Amino acid sequence: MAQQVITQSKVVPAAQYRDPSLMQSLWWNVTDALIITRRNLTYYVRLPQLLVFSTIQPVMFLLLFAYVFGGAIQTQNGNYINFLLPGIIVQTAMFGGSVAAVGLAEDLKKGLIDRFRSLPMARSAVLAGRTLADTVRNIFVVLLMIGVGHIIGFRFQNGFLNAVAAVVLVIAFGHVFSWIFAFIGMMVKDPETAQVAGFIWVFPLVFASSIFVPTETMPELLQIFAENQPVSIVANVVRGLMIGTPHDSVWLAIAWLTGIYVIFVPLSVWQYRRSAN
Amino acid sequence: MQNDIVVEDVRKSYGKVQALKGVSLQAEAGKILGLLGPNGAGKTTLIRILTTLLKPDSGRATIAGIDVAKHPMRIRSLIGLAGQYPAVDEMLTGRENLVMVGQLYHFSRKASKERAQELLEQFSLTDAADRTVKTYSGGMRRRLDLAASIVARPAVLFLDEPTTGLDPRTRNDLWEFIRQLVDDGTTLLLTTQQLEEADNLADWITVIDHGEVIAAGTSETLKSQLGQDVLELQISNRSYIPQVQTLLESIGRETPHVDTATGRFSVVVPHGTQSLLEAVRVLDQQSIAIADIALRRPTLDEVFLSITSASEN
Repeated sequence: MAQQVITQSKVVPAAQYRDPSLMQSLWWNVTDALIITRRNLTYYVRLPQLLVFSTIQPVMFLLLFAYVFGGAIQTQNGNYINFLLPGIIVQTAMFGGSVAAVGLAEDLKKGLIDRFRSLPMARSAVLAGRTLADTVRNIFVVLLMIGVGHIIGFRFQNGFLNAVAAVVLVIAFGHVFSWIFAFIGMMVKDPETAQVAGFIWVFPLVFASSIFVPTETMPELLQIFAENQPVSIVANVVRGLMIGTPHDSVWLAIAWLTGIYVIFVPLSVWQYRRSAN
Repeated sequence: MQNDIVVEDVRKSYGKVQALKGVSLQAEAGKILGLLGPNGAGKTTLIRILTTLLKPDSGRATIAGIDVAKHPMRIRSLIGLAGQYPAVDEMLTGRENLVMVGQLYHFSRKASKERAQELLEQFSLTDAADRTVKTYSGGMRRRLDLAASIVARPAVLFLDEPTTGLDPRTRNDLWEFIRQLVDDGTTLLLTTQQLEEADNLADWITVIDHGEVIAAGTSETLKSQLGQDVLELQISNRSYIPQVQTLLESIGRETPHVDTATGRFSVVVPHGTQSLLEAVRVLDQQSIAIADIALRRPTLDEVFLSITSASEN
């Protein structure tokens, strides 16, 4: 076969290509993720109704729980909105992550993931960009819920710094859990399935927890589960930081989140790498 | 550094299904290689292996001398890919799609924007550049997808059935764009189910079926591989059809195809012009008037059907 040397200046000669250095790879993990984050956030600008409706739902949850269940649920100091709000923002941050499962499954279905995988970009970037965009949206929704909560009577009881720490913890929690959703989205590969599969494991964690009600009235076995699962632990810490109730150690919450993070980030990236079929 | 695609005995199975049963092929630098085959032949699997989306079970593939499986990151900077379905983001504008791809190739934002503008002009998308892709027609999406695949001026470009689902006019336009790319020095591997497309675009054609290469050559050599020319003949009086059929059977190498509605025959003949003269002579002896007669090379369709049916036996 005749070998023809490319002389046209328009094509970059193959000899110029090098594997990136370690520093460069690390840097690209950040910059590529930000490019994808920006792309995902553009959806909210182009489709404002997406943001509106995905915001109405948690606010509606807040109002429904506060006024429908509020009277019936006995909490220690008798002020249910103060009990509810820290819990329900944890639940909101968690549900918010489900967008990652559906969004990634859609990208897979449309062949966008194939294109991204054929580009010399960081292997983590598509997933990180997805979860970061969802985290940005979570920040917005959580702050909005605190605002609405304030209107219907919620008050921080434990100082400004603790309140800020609580919000940071909620956002970190949402971010970590969105990696679980990302993994599910890459696994099931189909948006409708991702929608359903994304939520199945969420409900027991959210309802068998201290998010909406104190755990004391639950049957004993359920109570043991409810008090020791990560969602309750985080919700208790957030509640403690916001309104001063007794709670588990902040470090225990951070340990849980770190544990989930170091498992699900590599797992999701591994799934992304082999998502070709 | 050579700029070829070299595939050596590449195998890939999905569970028990063998998608590629040891495929070998080469593509010359700056030329178009057409990978021709029916649905499920293994074309897409091969493209996915060459574009680092899939790892082969065994065998070796190199692009510009770089091993695809060993240095995927280097390969990715070198290649462009446009898959079977346009992989562009519907919610972004055409321009945003191209800028994003440029940035993901790690061009600066400024360079990405300049390149996007250049491509929008080249692919006649300037009017629609700032509309979301949702509003694009099928042909425009294909063009944008093709533009996205060459953002980094790849040395080697892969197009997986680039014109599937397009109307003939849009398809011809796209062919024009594809020819331009090769004029720029890009090596192109193109898969297609349409023989016409391979015939029109490819310098070299590899025919693949059931995961195996069953023929390779230029479109000319493939056609002559079938051997003989085809005699086409039309009679004005259709009542002679059975008679002509018998006569042609003795001249040709096989049973002639007849279109009874038009009185048109086609038959593969062994001796070219001699066979044509013979046909004229015998029909003249029987006083059967010939409306039209011609000798032609077989179409790639005929070649393809004869090769694939041979490979099934």
